[in-house]
Amino acid sequence: MSTTGIDSWAVDLADITTLYPFPGTEFLMFVIGFALWIIWHIWQVRFENRTYEEDLKRLDTPEKIERAMREQRMD
Amino acid sequence: MDSNLAALTTVFTEFYYWLTVALMFLIHVGFCMYEVGASRRKNMMHTLMKNSMVIPLVTVTWFFFGWWIYWALPAGPGITGGLDPDGFAAGYVPWGELMGSNLSDRISGVFWAAFLLFSWTAASIVSGAVIERIRSGAFWIFAVLVGSVTWVIDAAWGWHYGGWMVQVLGYHDAYASGVIHAIAGGAALGILIPLGPRIGKFRSDGTPRDIVPHNPWLVTIGLFLIYTGFWGFYVACNVPIIDPEGIGGQITGETWTATTIYLTPTTLSAITFNFLMSLAGGMLAGYVVSKGDAFWTYSSGLAGIITASAGNDLYHPIQAMIVGMVGVVIMYKLHFWVERRFKVDDAVGAVAVHGYAGFIGLVIAGFLLWGHPSSPYEGYATISPWGNFIGAIIMFWVLGFLPCFVLATILNRMGALRIPREIELVGLDLADYHGRYMLESEVAKAEEDEARAAGLIR
Repeated sequence: MSTTGIDSWAVDLADITTLYPFPGTEFLMFVIGFALWIIWHIWQVRFENRTYEEDLKRLDTPEKIERAMREQRMD
Repeated sequence: MDSNLAALTTVFTEFYYWLTVALMFLIHVGFCMYEVGASRRKNMMHTLMKNSMVIPLVTVTWFFFGWWIYWALPAGPGITGGLDPDGFAAGYVPWGELMGSNLSDRISGVFWAAFLLFSWTAASIVSGAVIERIRSGAFWIFAVLVGSVTWVIDAAWGWHYGGWMVQVLGYHDAYASGVIHAIAGGAALGILIPLGPRIGKFRSDGTPRDIVPHNPWLVTIGLFLIYTGFWGFYVACNVPIIDPEGIGGQITGETWTATTIYLTPTTLSAITFNFLMSLAGGMLAGYVVSKGDAFWTYSSGLAGIITASAGNDLYHPIQAMIVGMVGVVIMYKLHFWVERRFKVDDAVGAVAVHGYAGFIGLVIAGFLLWGHPSSPYEGYATISPWGNFIGAIIMFWVLGFLPCFVLATILNRMGALRIPREIELVGLDLADYHGRYMLESEVAKAEEDEARAAGLIR
């Protein structure tokens, strides 16, 4: 038995439908894929907020902002 | 595929749409180049990433729900029928067997991809307008909203052979003046109002400053690539070959034909004439109204096509040219009027080129094609000025502007729409990649030290 459910090509192709492995797990795959998408957004927003918070700490005086604007440096 | 003719038709159609996907990819390449060229140096990488990530995000959401929406909502639901009136949506749930490699269905994935590329385009149009001050996280939510939800709803309603807008209003929009461009332009406007202008865009007396592209060559090549990809967009809007029996409507005889997405007959020849003549009309008018400004002349080429697109399956080429010219003059004047009057900072003119031109194109098509059958099926309303005008309102304002304005207002109140003021001043690239900038300054210092040690400099 193969993961695709196809063990041999000695068949009439009209009888073949899906080719992907583990047919029957489509809904589970959807749930996992959907969750990964939502998790990505959550991670991204947190990452972006954290990055800006750190940047704002580096730009906490008018002098630092002016230097960053002029020299394109922020260390 | 039980006969040679059926096999040949299927394989030809598969390949035809597959080719449109590759061509339409160039639209996205063009948008990326154009936006990066139009942004200032301090924001280039951020601008690029903001647009590039439209690709994966709209793709996965298009798989999860966008494609299903298209097939589920043509009848409203509740306007001309229920959910999934043709029964296709049931097969296109993301866990359905047709949404994967399957020998009993050879074309769904290709159709899915062709529509997906339209979705990228819709989201990408919005991207250009909001550069240099929107948070990426916020923009990517809008990208999913426009690319995988709102434009799909409008496509189900007005860009589907069974769409209720086609049936009830006689709505005609063969190459997506409204269903892609007007909605995306409306969406961009809906975000721009809560987002506000870039720092320095307006003088203290309210007059606008022109923030010019930092790289006109990138802008030029980007726009020309969008022209190139637009060919794929146009032919993807057609059914390349179908017989009257396949249409199953009122057409008699045995003559096979290309059709629009509404299954109304047209030809590849017609849309080739009209694409080029409306492009030419747009560029000619754009050159005059902008007094030779390269950015606006090229953008006007796009706006010319976009204005004529609603009826480019049927227009005479000279009509397409004139329609393109009219659309460009109006959208150009509107852009600067809205900018001055409402202080809206649309960095690339997307609301005008796509939104206003698309809206105008729908209205013009309603008049020029008045009385023409909108469908090969019995009982559909014919094309009319009021049908297309109502359609234009639905596209630009109801499905374009409104959802994005509401969401943008909410995000703005949460402080999640716009980047901090300090970051905008120093530039997004410095903020996003300061680690790399620090490394570069370290390397520069090391070079200096080595050069000094070698006696090359003092």
